[in-house]
Amino acid sequence: MTEQGNQPEDARASAGGEHGRVTRRRVIGTPPPAEARRLLRDGGAPAQPAPPPKPRMLPADPANPERAKRAERIVATCFMISFVASIAFIASYVIFQVHSVDRVFRSNLGLGLSMTVAFLALGAGATVWVRNVMPKVEITEERKPLASPRPDREAFAEAFEEGTEASQFVKRPLIRRTLLAASTALAVAPIVLLRDLGPLPRTQLRHTAWKADSRLVVLGTNRPLKPAEFASPGGIITVIPEGTDNDLEALAKAAVLIIKFRPEELLAPTVMNWTVDGIVAYSKICTHVGCPAALYEHTTHHILCPCHQSTFDAQRGAKVLFGPAPRPLPQLPITVNADGYLVAQSDFHEPVGPTFWELG
Amino acid sequence: MSWITARRRHPAAGYAVVVLGLVLVGVVYAALAGHGASAAGVPPGASKQEIAQGRQLFAVTCASCHGVNAEGTARGPSLIGVGAAAVDFQVSTGRMPAKESGAQVPQKPPTLDAAQTRALADYIASLGGGPAIPSPAQVNAAGANAGLGQQIFVAECAQCHNFSGAGGALTYGKYAPDLTTVTPTQMYEAMLTGPQSMPFFSDTTLTPSEKRDLIRFITATRSEPNPGGFSLGRIGPVTEGLVGWLAGIGVLILAAMWITAKQRER
Repeated sequence: MTEQGNQPEDARASAGGEHGRVTRRRVIGTPPPAEARRLLRDGGAPAQPAPPPKPRMLPADPANPERAKRAERIVATCFMISFVASIAFIASYVIFQVHSVDRVFRSNLGLGLSMTVAFLALGAGATVWVRNVMPKVEITEERKPLASPRPDREAFAEAFEEGTEASQFVKRPLIRRTLLAASTALAVAPIVLLRDLGPLPRTQLRHTAWKADSRLVVLGTNRPLKPAEFASPGGIITVIPEGTDNDLEALAKAAVLIIKFRPEELLAPTVMNWTVDGIVAYSKICTHVGCPAALYEHTTHHILCPCHQSTFDAQRGAKVLFGPAPRPLPQLPITVNADGYLVAQSDFHEPVGPTFWELG
Repeated sequence: MSWITARRRHPAAGYAVVVLGLVLVGVVYAALAGHGASAAGVPPGASKQEIAQGRQLFAVTCASCHGVNAEGTARGPSLIGVGAAAVDFQVSTGRMPAKESGAQVPQKPPTLDAAQTRALADYIASLGGGPAIPSPAQVNAAGANAGLGQQIFVAECAQCHNFSGAGGALTYGKYAPDLTTVTPTQMYEAMLTGPQSMPFFSDTTLTPSEKRDLIRFITATRSEPNPGGFSLGRIGPVTEGLVGWLAGIGVLILAAMWITAKQRER
């Protein structure tokens, strides 16, 4: 371990100062030999004996050169695959134009696959590199204490006190108090925005667009119905109050499912005075959280809500058979008007849709 | 006679008689079935002969559940008054004759041919009432309004059959079937006759023209681009994505553990 033998070549070159610069071939990906190293040292200081080399923590060469050689080839292959995939990414951006669903699909597939391969190959190469070429040595490094050193802390406290005095915050109560007043008002200001959560709905939740003599018209076609036109037992259709087909907010509450039974099939607690010849009308809005409950099985008379499987018995006043719905679907009172069309007798007698605390 | 007398004790005589008997039965059956086929062109209204064939077919394939006179039993409902359209729907989609009873009779390749189906339908129609099989012109949706069809579909059909007609679950093992293969005639018949759990949509509630709009919408959605995968009804390969994501995260965690695992020096 003589000094001469261990001194790195470029260090010797730098030791010669400006005159001793040696032109050497740069290797791509490595720092320039002479200057870079010299910057880290005493910047052009006269030649001095190099310090003795520190004891190494990591071995310079792999323990198993054969294995490392094999791994090197694998790593290089991975990096080349990544290189090619990145080129493919650029190529697929250029080749696969978009502007239609199918083309977007192809473009996404091309971009995604190439980018996946690029990252994956890079990661795989790095992993093989770490595991098979780099040395496997455990290194322990002490963690620094979290607290700043005592002098730093003292200096900060001193500076803070000085600053406080210099700002005159303590000496000038006018500034201090007005500042406090300003910041308090600013903090309170956003609270008034909570007002926008209101106003309370008052009676809106209890009323829908249905009123006495509103004709029942089929949703979509807006055709009014006569009982004779809705005469197949087991039939259903969705109806809305006439004239609301463009008012989505009204429709959200007013949608009604009418179901045709043989008159003798309807049982209590269905309100018989609110039916016409076995035609019964229930709100289509589930009393749980307001999904359209309209999966009707004419064999079992079940109305099923698709969201949480609440099941209502259409034959028995839509009473709840199963599921989280807390109350039956409200029944709309219907009758026939002078022209023979199905009309509402009145609005619903209880709120439709999701059940709420103040329902009463 | 002497020819038969001479050979009746021949070792092969017994086999010959059996074969002869089988051929005879086959010929008679083919003659009956053949008559059914030749009557396929007869329009509904139906000849007495056709109805008689339908009754025979019914006795063989349907009566065990629906009763000898279609009056219904504990295993199957009465078919009096269901009409020709109901028979055509159930038989042409292979639901009837059913293999076994369960929550719902599934669709399968039809076991009766078109002529037999027609004969059965005519027999059931002759028992009284019910909707007739719609004519091809009645279900021809060319030029119908798919936009109105969609409005009706989302209001009346989508809750069970899914917004793109992929079908969905009902209660106690029942389900709404998907609409991806059903023919316009079968759709029309299903709306008229309410097969199994499905409610009825009579021609006075949804007019024939509105039914054609619906059919147009359902058939038009089939040719829309589908993102594929196990798609839950045209949502796209979301399920595969979820499984892939969960499995992928697991693999990534294992890979990260492997990469950072402490290695023994070899």
